[in-house]
Amino acid sequence: MDYLLTEEQIMIRDLARQIAREKIQPVAAKYDAEGIFPWDIVKVMSDSDLFGVYIEEKYGGTGGGCMELVLATEELSRACGGISLALAATALGTYPIILFGTEEQKQKYLPDLAKGKRLAAFALTEAGAGSDAAAVATTAQKKGDHYILNGTKQWITNGGEAEVYTVVASVDRSKGARGAACFIVEKGTPGFEFGKKEDKMGIRASCTRELVFTDCKIPRENLLGKEGGGFIVAMKTFDQSRPGVASQALGIAQGALDLTVAYIKERKQFGKHISSFQGVQFMLADMATEIEGARALIYATARMVDSGAKKISKDSAIAKLFASDMAMKVTTDCVQLFGGYGYMRDYPIEKYMRDAKITQIYEGTNQIQRAVIAANLLKEKAA
Amino acid sequence: MKIIVCIKQVPDTTNVRIDPETNTLIRSGVECIINPFDMYAIEEAIRLKEKFGGKVIIVTMGPPQAEDALREAISLGADEAILVSDRAFAGSDTWATSYTLSRVLNKIGDYHIIICGKQAIDGDTAQVGPGISAHLDIPQITYVKRIEEVTSSRIRAERMTEEGYEIIDSPLPCLITVVKEINEPRLPSLRGKIKAKKEEIKKWEAKDLEVDPALLGLNGSPTKVVKIFSPPPRKGGQIIEGDAKEISEKLVGLLKDETL
Repeated sequence: MDYLLTEEQIMIRDLARQIAREKIQPVAAKYDAEGIFPWDIVKVMSDSDLFGVYIEEKYGGTGGGCMELVLATEELSRACGGISLALAATALGTYPIILFGTEEQKQKYLPDLAKGKRLAAFALTEAGAGSDAAAVATTAQKKGDHYILNGTKQWITNGGEAEVYTVVASVDRSKGARGAACFIVEKGTPGFEFGKKEDKMGIRASCTRELVFTDCKIPRENLLGKEGGGFIVAMKTFDQSRPGVASQALGIAQGALDLTVAYIKERKQFGKHISSFQGVQFMLADMATEIEGARALIYATARMVDSGAKKISKDSAIAKLFASDMAMKVTTDCVQLFGGYGYMRDYPIEKYMRDAKITQIYEGTNQIQRAVIAANLLKEKAA
Repeated sequence: MKIIVCIKQVPDTTNVRIDPETNTLIRSGVECIINPFDMYAIEEAIRLKEKFGGKVIIVTMGPPQAEDALREAISLGADEAILVSDRAFAGSDTWATSYTLSRVLNKIGDYHIIICGKQAIDGDTAQVGPGISAHLDIPQITYVKRIEEVTSSRIRAERMTEEGYEIIDSPLPCLITVVKEINEPRLPSLRGKIKAKKEEIKKWEAKDLEVDPALLGLNGSPTKVVKIFSPPPRKGGQIIEGDAKEISEKLVGLLKDETL
């Protein structure tokens, strides 16, 4: 399908595809097995300007938006859904600054993030606050021209490796969601430490850690947006970033299908290549159709986001929900077509199934996406 | 420092097939790439520029579509590119090619280092680089795997030989050809690709150069290709079994029978 990409978008797609094929594919299994953070690949992505594809030129990016980020994430994820997260999770951590940062905050942080000199991470989730984002227990107590942070964030992607964190904390717990605020916290700030590195089922090349704040003193100018506006920052950030997660899922599904098509043309049973069996062909056709459907939906959503549309929550949630459910189904079927070999770690396909699972869970579980979609639908119908 | 890299666009031989009727390469539908050894030459030139300043100029002689190779070189960080293309150059062998390129380099002038890949993967002659240096009458260091030192007037480089390596110190200007051990070529950057798209590629024809027309193209080429064919497949070897004494006796017997 021709999506009528601009010249620059084609360049981004081709460049990310080349990095995926030449640099990521050969090491994906190693990083998955060893669970090390892929700094050498981050260097390649940063030298190739991929970290700045969604950031304005005046802040050191190349001036694209959601669509450019989607294209890069999709292509990188075809080779490894974990390594691509170094970029995608940095974007997630950067969006609050793009959306709510003052000119000074943007000047201070965006250029390094656009160059990939520093990575970013977004920190909302806690042991008792995930889907229920309003239950955030990390506190930010105002003291003169500072805030004092206390609490623990859990399962933070890029945690420990990133240098810039956008952290949601409560300035007034009695106000619930309306008492939250978002802060920029830099690695190395006294009182800011990292907890254990999680041992995950998939996306093992990405690192996930706890962030521990103990009387961590943050200057007042690191407040993003307003006191009480933290929940809005989080929701608006997710509206922007969900097409990115969707494209990660899309890339994982496409990568799995690529491997599967190659495999079934080689594998012989009953004296024939299994690709000659119609039962196998039908599965293949269904997967290709579902992938293309997701791609069309994601690209359309990303373009809508870039047009400056205001009401994007529902469509953004639809794209994330559809693409991640699709990726889980497609990767499961790909393992099925590999048969017993597909279940073995010697073959690359089972990794895709493990990597796909997280896309149904993070940045809002798919149940939360459905709640967002339904709530918007009912609100629209009521009006 | 002015560094010139001579590159060649070649068919991607990982996908090349040979026509069994004519025994020639089937070129249609085959993707063209920068000769892989030239990628190391481009990378080394860009590294020298990053270290010492100056500029990198890429030159290729070839058909109009070789412009793609030049744009790719610019996306990697080269500053300028020149396409040398004319029907008069068609059919050039390594002699005529290196003669023509030497005239191109004369026209550019004031170069310090010329870098070529050790050979092209289609012709595999490894003659054009050394040929250029001969036509220009400047020193050459072939099969370079490491540049030890460059000053404003000299270069010292390690060259690979069959037995080991040699360190050669040469005055500048000097031509070097490089092997794949010298570096790991970078990937392009997005900014580089955007620049490459917009960059004007200079196009030089025979009339733009001070050349003797008799030395160009097929007429200027002493090499005449009579026939190209695939060698017959090698016959399988023979494994001699037994203990050391038996094996050596059998082997000597076989060698005697072959009347070597």
